[in-house]
Amino acid sequence: MQFLTYLINGISLGSVYALIALGYTMVYGIAKMLNFAHGDVIMIGSYVVFFAFGSFGLNPIVSVLLSMVVCTILGITIERVAYRPLRGAPSLAVLITAIGVSYLLQQVAQLLWKSDPKSFKSVVGLQPVSMFGGQLVISGETIVTIAACIVIMIALTLFINHTSTGHAMLAVSEDRGAAQLMGVNVNATISLTFAIGSALAAVAGALLCSSYPTLQPTTGAMPGIKAFVAAVFGGIGSIPGAFIGGILLGVIENLSKAYISTQLSDAIVFMVLIVVLLVKPTGLLGKKINVKV
Amino acid sequence: MSLKTMKKSTRSNLITFGIVIAFYLIVSLMSVMGMMTSSFAGQLVPICAYVVLAVSLNLTVGILGELSLGHAGFMSVGAFAGTLVYTLTFENTPLPVSILLSFLVGGAVAGIFGLLIGIPVLRLQGDYLAIVTLAFGEIIKNFMNALYLGYDSTGVHFSLKDSASMGLAPDGVVLINGAMGITGIKKASTFTMGIILILLTLVVILNLVNSRAGRAITAIRDNEIAAQSVGINITNYKLMAFIVSAVFAGMAGVLYALNFSSLVAKKFDYNTSILILVFVVLGGMGNIRGSVIAAALLTVLPELLRSMKDYRMLIYAIVLIVMMIFNQSPQIVSWRKKITAGFKAKRAAKKEKKEAA
Repeated sequence: MQFLTYLINGISLGSVYALIALGYTMVYGIAKMLNFAHGDVIMIGSYVVFFAFGSFGLNPIVSVLLSMVVCTILGITIERVAYRPLRGAPSLAVLITAIGVSYLLQQVAQLLWKSDPKSFKSVVGLQPVSMFGGQLVISGETIVTIAACIVIMIALTLFINHTSTGHAMLAVSEDRGAAQLMGVNVNATISLTFAIGSALAAVAGALLCSSYPTLQPTTGAMPGIKAFVAAVFGGIGSIPGAFIGGILLGVIENLSKAYISTQLSDAIVFMVLIVVLLVKPTGLLGKKINVKV
Repeated sequence: MSLKTMKKSTRSNLITFGIVIAFYLIVSLMSVMGMMTSSFAGQLVPICAYVVLAVSLNLTVGILGELSLGHAGFMSVGAFAGTLVYTLTFENTPLPVSILLSFLVGGAVAGIFGLLIGIPVLRLQGDYLAIVTLAFGEIIKNFMNALYLGYDSTGVHFSLKDSASMGLAPDGVVLINGAMGITGIKKASTFTMGIILILLTLVVILNLVNSRAGRAITAIRDNEIAAQSVGINITNYKLMAFIVSAVFAGMAGVLYALNFSSLVAKKFDYNTSILILVFVVLGGMGNIRGSVIAAALLTVLPELLRSMKDYRMLIYAIVLIVMMIFNQSPQIVSWRKKITAGFKAKRAAKKEKKEAA
């Protein structure tokens, strides 16, 4: 029964990773860049929820929606100001810029809201569900997180596969030049990708901080990196891959925390990444891309 | 051989050495004349360590063209290995021998880790390589944070849980105490040692860069497929650059660690790796002299501008972004070329006028 508790908590954590990983995987698939700042967008989103819901007492759903709006604007701005000028530049330059943006967001948050951890009030009002005569208790946060993740995943898949905007995104990720020749507005599509990724990051941030209620400027960094690991695990560029990768990673992390060592759980997660990249560098569901000369 | 007839690279290297030696002489003079503030004196060894780190990271990032975000990991491994050797030997061996030994071991262990990490990692490219080196740095940090090591009459004990589970005999000595790290280190690093390490690093790396191997490495950076097609063994040269970089990071770690009385793994985290990357980017990727100057300046400046302390990392972040966009954005690069071309045309026109007159 204890094992089941760990497993369910792992799936819940994994759902958050999956939501964050979606942002990584879409941006990587379409803009071909690793958006290092994605984790810090989560942190900014969480602060927005913290103030809107915790300090001003807004309705939790309104707070999360507000946070989604703020993150969307932030994501589009980052893309416009920092990444777009570097389109066509070597990937090393883009990566260093993304690290710079990530640092910038953390430092701005630190200056605005100080580095002392804030205790985050959960946005989920659901009562915990008790099963098997109280042996298995599932918190409201866990249920909402898993449900939100599944709903978003289905909605996103439908959007990409069944709307013309979604098809444009697929086309840009396949071949940017050809898509442009076919009349797809590449810049708008990339902006939209950043917007969707950042909005999902806001949701992920609110859910993450509801389950793990401490918030500080570095809150987003580690989950961000782990979500990237999840995206690579599932196969970068693949939406179902991000989902599977996220869930697996969350379960691995929680089980190793429970049965191996709390201190080494991060190390184990990162070892998973190294092993995956060595055995199957394209991830579980990724496609192999050959470099043409 | 006069300065003018020298090869361009030799002259440039001599200038770099000159800068380091001049810095040493000026600082020595200052300390003799009693002009040194204690806060600046305390910064001297860290400056040297950061210079070595920046130069060695520049080999990976600037010369080889692969982004490594785990440089602090190599620093950490080297620091712990070297400090262990030092604490075990300094009582019964002459001090210089003990210090030399700890530097050699620190460098060697970091080099071995460089090899172990490099073999799998260098098969990957670009963004993947960056994220794996980051993961490696985090693994090292977590592992060293959880490591307990000690010895007694029955042998060496270690544990990843707590010091009690090592099962040491009552006479046992705890060497590494988990998150507390190594404590009670007798400080040994001096500024002179630091300068010697910088000079050694420069000799090795500058010679490597200007050698056949160095040209192969830059060829890989500029076009991997082309380099491969002319018969350059990509893996070997990448590995060579990576290991040399790791060895010097390890030695810098030893220098850094022996400057303090305690050594904890938390110091060598992701932020440290980024800080070194900032030095490299600001000094100019691929420009060794730039790394030396940037690392020294950026370590001293925050001390001088204490009032700006809160904004330090913020400024670094902005500098990273602006530098990258200014130097690498296709539009801005072509715009800059246009402007310099305009200047050149003007100058040529002037010259022609003069000649005509």
